[in-house]
Amino acid sequence: MADTISFLKPREAVLSRRAAIIADLTELLPPECLVHEARELVPFETDAFVSYRRLPLAVALPKTTAQVAAVMKYCHRYGIPVVPRGAGTSLSGGAIPQEDAVVLGLSKMSRILEVDYANRTATVQAGVTNLNISEAVGIDGFFYAPDPSSQLACTIGGNIGMNSGGAHCLKYGVTTNNLLGVKMVLVDGTVIELGGKHLDAAGYDLLGLVCGSEGQLGIVTEAVVRLIAKPEGARPVLFGFDTSEHAGACVADIIGSGIIPVAIEFMDKPAIEICEAFAHAGYPLDVEALLIVEVEGSEAEMEAMLKAIVEIAGRHGVKTVRESQSATEAALIWKGRKSAFGATGRIADYICMDGTVPLGKLSYVLNKTSEIVDRFGLRVANVFHAGDGNMHPLILFNANDPEDAARAEEAGNEILKLCVDAGGCLTGEHGVGIEKRDLMRHQYSEADLNQQMAVRYAFDEGWILNPSKVFPLDGRPAA
Amino acid sequence: MQTNFTLAQLADPHVAESEQILRRCVHCGFCTATCPTYVTLGNELDSPRGRIYLIKDMLENGRPADEEVVTHIDRCLSCLACVTTCPSGVDYMHLVDHARIHIENTYRRPLVDRLIRNLLAAVLPYPARFRTALGLARLGRPFAPLLKRVPALRPLGAMLDLAPKSAPKVSDSASPGIRAPGAEKRGRVAILSGCAQPVLDPGINDATLRLLARFGVEVVVPEGEGCCGALVHHMGREEQALDFARRNIDVWTREIDNGGLDAIIITASGCGTTIKDYGHMLRLDPAYADKAARISSLARDITEYLSTLDLPRLEPKRLNVAYHSACSMQHGQKITMAPKNLLKAAGFTVRDPGEGHLCCGSAGTYNILQPEISEQLKARKVRNIEATKADVIATGNIGCITQIASGTTIPILHTVELLDWAYGGPKPEKIPAR
Repeated sequence: MADTISFLKPREAVLSRRAAIIADLTELLPPECLVHEARELVPFETDAFVSYRRLPLAVALPKTTAQVAAVMKYCHRYGIPVVPRGAGTSLSGGAIPQEDAVVLGLSKMSRILEVDYANRTATVQAGVTNLNISEAVGIDGFFYAPDPSSQLACTIGGNIGMNSGGAHCLKYGVTTNNLLGVKMVLVDGTVIELGGKHLDAAGYDLLGLVCGSEGQLGIVTEAVVRLIAKPEGARPVLFGFDTSEHAGACVADIIGSGIIPVAIEFMDKPAIEICEAFAHAGYPLDVEALLIVEVEGSEAEMEAMLKAIVEIAGRHGVKTVRESQSATEAALIWKGRKSAFGATGRIADYICMDGTVPLGKLSYVLNKTSEIVDRFGLRVANVFHAGDGNMHPLILFNANDPEDAARAEEAGNEILKLCVDAGGCLTGEHGVGIEKRDLMRHQYSEADLNQQMAVRYAFDEGWILNPSKVFPLDGRPAA
Repeated sequence: MQTNFTLAQLADPHVAESEQILRRCVHCGFCTATCPTYVTLGNELDSPRGRIYLIKDMLENGRPADEEVVTHIDRCLSCLACVTTCPSGVDYMHLVDHARIHIENTYRRPLVDRLIRNLLAAVLPYPARFRTALGLARLGRPFAPLLKRVPALRPLGAMLDLAPKSAPKVSDSASPGIRAPGAEKRGRVAILSGCAQPVLDPGINDATLRLLARFGVEVVVPEGEGCCGALVHHMGREEQALDFARRNIDVWTREIDNGGLDAIIITASGCGTTIKDYGHMLRLDPAYADKAARISSLARDITEYLSTLDLPRLEPKRLNVAYHSACSMQHGQKITMAPKNLLKAAGFTVRDPGEGHLCCGSAGTYNILQPEISEQLKARKVRNIEATKADVIATGNIGCITQIASGTTIPILHTVELLDWAYGGPKPEKIPAR
């Protein structure tokens, strides 16, 4: 197991009361909602950032907001850390627990409570998967826009925690732009509601604060999300280039010309090969870089936008242009792209970076990334949301070789610093978690960080909510 | 993901294989979303990723199975939806097979559970015993509600509920012999009669034999074949499963040597998944490895084989068919389009129920051993099917037919029964008169 990133030292006062805590939680929850047997805790020790693992003290899987509130009230009273968990798909370790923590899993709260087309909203429980929302309203011509690649499995609660994005966020914005309200349990068990079905609420925009707070300000149990009408048509088009530089420059030019396609996704050759082997989507294998550009609207709108994009691509030496010919083909193109990370598992272990850079720096950062990875003797596959500069270098390594794993982590840190130095930021959509926590000072000044921690402190002065995450462990205000 | 096995552990070929499977998993969690038990129970422990992790922990530590692990592995339907979903290519099927064998070898089940499993393993694979048992079950049916009140005895109650209400008709489709083609001969195949299907619904293979004869295929019903081994295989009783496999391999090999076989036709997709895996199951048996691989390569679902025959397109019928894809068909064998294309070509209007990837809860003996979860999955499946407003349901697995029939009044048939009818066979009794 990798060990460069440390966790808070477990609270002795909590560990020593383990048996009593479990007995108390048994009183608060039905039997099927509490996991505490040693063997059964093991599968909760990590999420999709599987290099790091810590066993939790217990796992609560409540079915109602009242049960969440009861657990929070109890843990608050005894100073027991709580780590919220959606589907456990975090790539930054956002749901990795610690030895003195109760995992609060929302996976049993997965119902869609109300669909309100007149207000274009859906009210859902936090454990509903992202895709389930779009599937539930798809038949009526609506969808929920942010689409993380893990949308099949990840939950809306986790999306809110990490302010998740996705391929189609270029046009529609990330989670915070599509979230209208939440029901949230505060650290002491108080239940509050923020926002509602309207676009703006009176008073402070606490909803904006909550979205992306990585489970440190409270536990979201319900959400009101915006629904969007499906476009008349949508068509992904493949653009193949001889070099990553040409593809990168093409992206900057498309956006710079004022065109906003729904999505512009980038894959380099290793990524193309991985995804094609899995999805058989017909990605060109004879190019060094591929852009998936999706346009939508009426036939005429799509034609016009495509014409403009093809012209720009032509100026950047595009080698192949191929429009998807059918709905099945379009679905395969997206299936391949959205499965890219998992499909990488077929050839190696990986860690996935999430830095975002200004579009003008795409080519520069791609080149530098290759240099860094080469220097560490590793391989990289790049597959990412090019339209908003959100890069995802997948650093390939062998998890059974501890030195290889350490090198991968080091290379990753260099790449993230590179993104910040290029004028970008550490995370576009995966959140800080533990993965990027110790790099936060590279991005923020002490004053910046202190102000963020002051907000956190205002919600949770005992630092029990997801305590090992986001902020470097040293320099925190005393709990 | 990272694994921790010693070289000594890896010397066991089963452990070595499981280690390779575990190494592929990147713990992304996609599989949770399409797992029927995770969708129903909302607990990581009842998801593929959770089970993979439990199995990993158990095998790495060389531990005997214990109650916690057994509970969650037992709840797995082996529907393999996770395998379809997994982008990393994790071979969950062979991992959970290994776990089940490990459980069977290292864990002593509570007495009642043990007795029920022994009963199933001693009865279901043997048609004569199964037929007798069904007769007794009809007598015992009034006791089902009583049995269901005692948790440990619920499986017995479920068993009585599932037994057909009237004695199934008797047919000679399983009698050994050669069925001559009724048209110019264009192929020669063997057909699996199997164990439970000829007792529960012999009409399926009757229809298959008629249809194949009509299109010029000679069909052998070989002497001596029997259960494919799937039922006991899924209980972790590997030696018994391999004995079944070896016996069938011997029988079919004899047929290949005497007259040749273009294919071995299977009309129950649950059996098809297992027979296609014989090559893997017997890979470590030097006397059988090659023969088993040859048999697996010849195994075909009836719809796969029919797709190669170029059946003529027929005029549209006014009959809406909801096609239910059995898990062993779509996930186990990856056959998704062939059955629907055949039905469409034969003039039926095919409708796809929502959540088609989710299991109906049948899953071999699962509806007997895990009646609560099975009931929930059945209700969900029936809801999705009834929403299509279809006239009939078609599917390719006897287990699903029994399970779904016990939850809806829409008639459910094997795909091949509809095809036989469309291509000149008798109208199935289940088709509603209009």
